[in-house]
Amino acid sequence: MAYATAHHGEHHHEHDEEIKVMGFWLFLVTDCILFGALFATYAVLVNHIAGGLTGKEFFEVPGFVSETFILLTSSFTSGLAVLSMHKGKIKPLIGWLIVTLLLGVCFVGLEIHEFQTMVHEGATISTSAFFTAFYTLVSTHGLHVSVGIIWMISITIQLKRYGITSVTKRKVTIISLYWHFLDAVWIFLYTVVYLMGVM
Amino acid sequence: MENHGSLKAYTIGFIFSIILTVIPLLLVLNHVLAKNILLASILGMAVLQFFVQLFFFMHIKDGEKPRYNVMALILGIAFVITIVAGSIWIMTFNSQVQ
Amino acid sequence: MLDKLKDFSSHFFVTGEPMIYGADVAILLTLAGIIFVLTYLKKWKWLWREWLTTVDHKKIGIMYMLSSLLMLFRGGVDALLMRMQLAFPQWHFLDSNHYNEIFTTHGTIMILFMAMPLMFAFFNIVVPLQIGARDVAYPFLNAVSFWLFFFGAMLFNLSFVIGGSPDAGWLSYPPLSGMQFSPGPGQDFYIWGIQISGIGSLASGINFIMTILKMRAPGMKLMHMPLFTWSVLASCIIIIFAFPVLTVTLALLFIDRFFDGHLFTMTGGGNPIMYINLIWMWGHPEVYIVVLPAFGIFSEIVATFSQKKIFGYKSMVFSMMIISVLSYFTWVHHFFTMGAGANVNVFFAITTMAIGIPTGVKVFNWLFTMFRGRIQMTQPMLWTIAFIPCFVVGGATGVMLSAAPADYQYHNSYFLVAHFHQVLIGGVVFGFFAGLYYWWPKMFGFKLNDRLGKWAFWTWNIGFYLCFMPQYALGFMGMTRRIYTYDFDMGWGPLNVISTVGAFFMGIGFIFQAWQILHGIKYGERDVTGDPWNGRTLEWSIPSPPPHYNFAVIPTVTGQDAWWTIKEERKKKKAKETAAFSPIHMPKNSGIPFIMSVFWFIAGFGLTFHWVWVAIFGLTGVGACLLARSFQYNSDYYIPVDEVRHTEDSVGRVG
Repeated sequence: MAYATAHHGEHHHEHDEEIKVMGFWLFLVTDCILFGALFATYAVLVNHIAGGLTGKEFFEVPGFVSETFILLTSSFTSGLAVLSMHKGKIKPLIGWLIVTLLLGVCFVGLEIHEFQTMVHEGATISTSAFFTAFYTLVSTHGLHVSVGIIWMISITIQLKRYGITSVTKRKVTIISLYWHFLDAVWIFLYTVVYLMGVM
Repeated sequence: MENHGSLKAYTIGFIFSIILTVIPLLLVLNHVLAKNILLASILGMAVLQFFVQLFFFMHIKDGEKPRYNVMALILGIAFVITIVAGSIWIMTFNSQVQ
Repeated sequence: MLDKLKDFSSHFFVTGEPMIYGADVAILLTLAGIIFVLTYLKKWKWLWREWLTTVDHKKIGIMYMLSSLLMLFRGGVDALLMRMQLAFPQWHFLDSNHYNEIFTTHGTIMILFMAMPLMFAFFNIVVPLQIGARDVAYPFLNAVSFWLFFFGAMLFNLSFVIGGSPDAGWLSYPPLSGMQFSPGPGQDFYIWGIQISGIGSLASGINFIMTILKMRAPGMKLMHMPLFTWSVLASCIIIIFAFPVLTVTLALLFIDRFFDGHLFTMTGGGNPIMYINLIWMWGHPEVYIVVLPAFGIFSEIVATFSQKKIFGYKSMVFSMMIISVLSYFTWVHHFFTMGAGANVNVFFAITTMAIGIPTGVKVFNWLFTMFRGRIQMTQPMLWTIAFIPCFVVGGATGVMLSAAPADYQYHNSYFLVAHFHQVLIGGVVFGFFAGLYYWWPKMFGFKLNDRLGKWAFWTWNIGFYLCFMPQYALGFMGMTRRIYTYDFDMGWGPLNVISTVGAFFMGIGFIFQAWQILHGIKYGERDVTGDPWNGRTLEWSIPSPPPHYNFAVIPTVTGQDAWWTIKEERKKKKAKETAAFSPIHMPKNSGIPFIMSVFWFIAGFGLTFHWVWVAIFGLTGVGACLLARSFQYNSDYYIPVDEVRHTEDSVGRVG
């Protein structure tokens, strides 16, 4: 559908918003490639422990399983937020967004705690190629989540200020896509890093 | 943008995801399968859960045609497989160099 | 106290090199000159309003172009320095350290800070005009892309006078580029200069894909688009899938350097070859990113100056799309000799040979277009005709290199050096020169002088062949790349002298081009038609230079070569169409792209010198800019109908 000339107002704004959502999908695909390269590096170096510590010694099942369920639930709650948005209900929209980002904070908190424990027990980023790859891959995801949290807070403030408009709808749509994407990446982290790590 | 979804879709997606998370976990913790089959199973379930996210949460099937986002995603997945599998294959000699 | 300052300065600033002291002086004088002129002419507000905060794709394109021409100068001087050092055996014009720094900066600048920005210049200036759009899909992001490039390039260039240039080659392989063997900041300048610039490139890839897919004039189906626009689409598809790999690879190298990681180190289980694997996964698609738009430019020029529709439009489209996908599956040919084994090498040798096929299709189509056409030997056409044999030979040597067993002989010899320069100069540089000559009148309203242009053309071409043909022979004679000198009894002397002479011819060619531009500004014949070449595509339907909003009325398109069709119909109907104006929706300028890029520069600088608080300050600034943008709800405006009518009248276009 090409862009016609003399349209202004809602129709034209909707077209703009839709182009932004589509462009964001493209960005998510580039982020897939980014994580793909990190996974490739991890896969190649996963056994390069330089005769030292392994991941198995450090990965704690309760830890990574909790992280997984927290993130998955937050993905679900972000969906509930979007549903409320389409129904025009701003209070539950903001409510569910806040729940989502709080769950995100828990996720990041657990991850930082996990890293602190590992470092304390002698597994740092410099320990071996395996650990450099591990910390890089997992913290890239964690950084993405952290950026998402700040972004979600800013959108919540904008919702309070402007309400549900075509512009704020687009912003919520985009950040919920981002959030789901991060859960999708986590599925592979959970499987490839943690499950395979404790096998 | 008619990609609204429904509470039903999100809930089903959530439940499927939980199942697809728990089964691999149990399989790994209980050592019930041989290594290669186990690997294939958990990876397969991860891929399934990825599709659950895509269809039930991200509404990839909805959205305006032409579905450029789907085309980009398919090409992207093809490239990710190339990057990961290609690197593992190319660096195989790597197992002799430790 | 003074001692500490002296000690700091002697490491921070590059000392002991007369050439670099000269550069310091030149930089300071230039800066002072710029500040003086802007203040004296009271042009600070103008600079901010018209250029630093613009989101207009045409201006952004011009800024990309000016930056890349400056970088062409620096990269070219690097080349001349290298060629002078190699002209005679055992000469010591440059010592080995300098030589290493120079070949590193030459390669990095030419590919990342000359070819890429010049390419983005063409994307920006031409694509919206060819598809009948008023701007790109994301004008704000477009400005971000430019300023990220600009400050990334600044960061890289700064290493020359502060901290020291990188010297581990344009791709910076570890372990040489790791902390152990390259402890200095040069390597980190390299990483952050490219990293920051690369984010801009990725954003442009997304921007132009969305522009082309969603902003075309009504009636312009994909298969009606000009071939240059198709080439941009194909190139951007590669960009979005390749640049994330570069981002990761540079970040991983930085993690090894900054956090004492062991991904690519010799100890701790690291594997440096994984870096080579990753970097070429980006590196090979990168060369197709730059060459596809050159192919697109040639398609436009061949059709226009043969006064014929391009032969085989469909196969041109398919070949470009195939090249864009296939380019992703050939990367190992850059390291056949690394030891991945025969099976791996065979696979990638075959994919590499395969990619020559669609390129061959294109060459035949250009030739068939010219056959029985009424050829006009304008400057763009001259460069196009020169490109064809040059690139074909370069491509043929590429096929030679793709035979993995044979490559064990050619790899990293001067045969390789000659091959890649032939395809890059013969293909990309000649293509971009052709594009400059072709679209210059559209950007600036005057053509570049023909007589000077012929001098530039011949000196460049004679220079090119003199410089690089001997290098194929030198490769066969065993001369390897990246050596700063060689022994008398190797017998390489005479061919090296010839090669150096050729390099200087190319330098003279560049001087002619600079002269052409200055001459044109003063004496160039002004074009008032907007269509000096009797073009076929929509960019020639509007005034030169185009008004701010490009099209007063968005045209409706019915097929390929949209402007040619409109002209033919006008001839038949002889009616003057009265166009109905409406208010035009435009994006507002913004200072955020510029300011955010300054913060990125600060962050990069801090990370380079391991000044953590400076880095944190910079990154926080970046975050603040992003949030400021997120909260900006008032970002566009309407040009009223009266203003449109007035602008159109003032350039002789009746409304």
